[in-house]
Amino acid sequence: MPLIAIAVLAAGTYAFRLAGPVFRHRIHIPDRVQRLLATATAVLLTALVATAALTQGHGFAGWARPVGVLVGGVLALRRVPFPVVIIAAAATTAVLRLSGIP
Amino acid sequence: MILDMRSFWRTLDRGSLRDISLVCLADAIVGASFGAITVSGGLSPWVPIAMSVLVFAGGAQFAAAGVVLAGGSPAAAAVAGLVLNARLLPYGFTVADTVGGRWWTRLLGAQLITDETVAFTLRQHEPQRRRATFWTCGLALFGCWNVAVVLGVLAGAVLRDTGSLGLDAAFPTVLLALVLPSLADRSTRNAALAGAVIAVAATPFLPAGLPVLLALAGLVLARRPAATVADTNPALEARRCP
Repeated sequence: MPLIAIAVLAAGTYAFRLAGPVFRHRIHIPDRVQRLLATATAVLLTALVATAALTQGHGFAGWARPVGVLVGGVLALRRVPFPVVIIAAAATTAVLRLSGIP
Repeated sequence: MILDMRSFWRTLDRGSLRDISLVCLADAIVGASFGAITVSGGLSPWVPIAMSVLVFAGGAQFAAAGVVLAGGSPAAAAVAGLVLNARLLPYGFTVADTVGGRWWTRLLGAQLITDETVAFTLRQHEPQRRRATFWTCGLALFGCWNVAVVLGVLAGAVLRDTGSLGLDAAFPTVLLALVLPSLADRSTRNAALAGAVIAVAATPFLPAGLPVLLALAGLVLARRPAATVADTNPALEARRCP
């Protein structure tokens, strides 16, 4: 990953963060835009979950990873503490691989 | 730092400090897996460390690194990260008064704005408590996150095979836990599921990074506006009950 990509991402992110504290009295973000940003975040995160869980390169990632993610998701829905959710997901995937499921 | 540190601790109650510590622990695990996965995936050690200090946004870091590790272009990686981080814009306005009036507190405080810090800050109603919460949570997370990433990088250099530890399942699980609460809203859920189907279906055909951006087409299904940002923002909700 080249430095320029990291610099662009970092500078843009900092600009998003700094705009509020600097322009708080001069700009008001319309509610509609705020809602759109919140929904766009959810859409993007869900798409990332789906592609990262199911695919590797241009193909299927195998069953071990999505099953681990599914176990983590069920635990998260049951409001299990966050660290436990992550460890359970990784452990499930690791055990499945150990037993021969890729 | 901004105020005398002792009055900070007195201002924060024990429950808040415990919640903040729990989130620091959770983020440290995520940060360590970020460092380990990126380095064992083939990125140079300075890449995850520089990203963690300069970008300091877990979701965007994973997204950008994920695009590059999957063979996508650096430009697609930066765009994916920026689209994710656009949500920080309204956060900045929400906590603007808490960050402070002096120029250097604004410059420093801005970098500490994250889902977690904003969520914790909004739980407090009194201005002084808000300030104490924002700076304590922000600085603690910044410290934990970056130390954990460095430790993860060191571990990743030793563990060549993070796959056998199931670490590749950690990243999607983190994002899933963050996004789940916002999917309770039907309009958001429809848009998100449509987007996910589009992204997975496009993966065999498009260069890495683009399918996820294409998922934003799912937004057309989100016609009915959701309640409020605080109600629908995935991370804010998720971190409210850490």
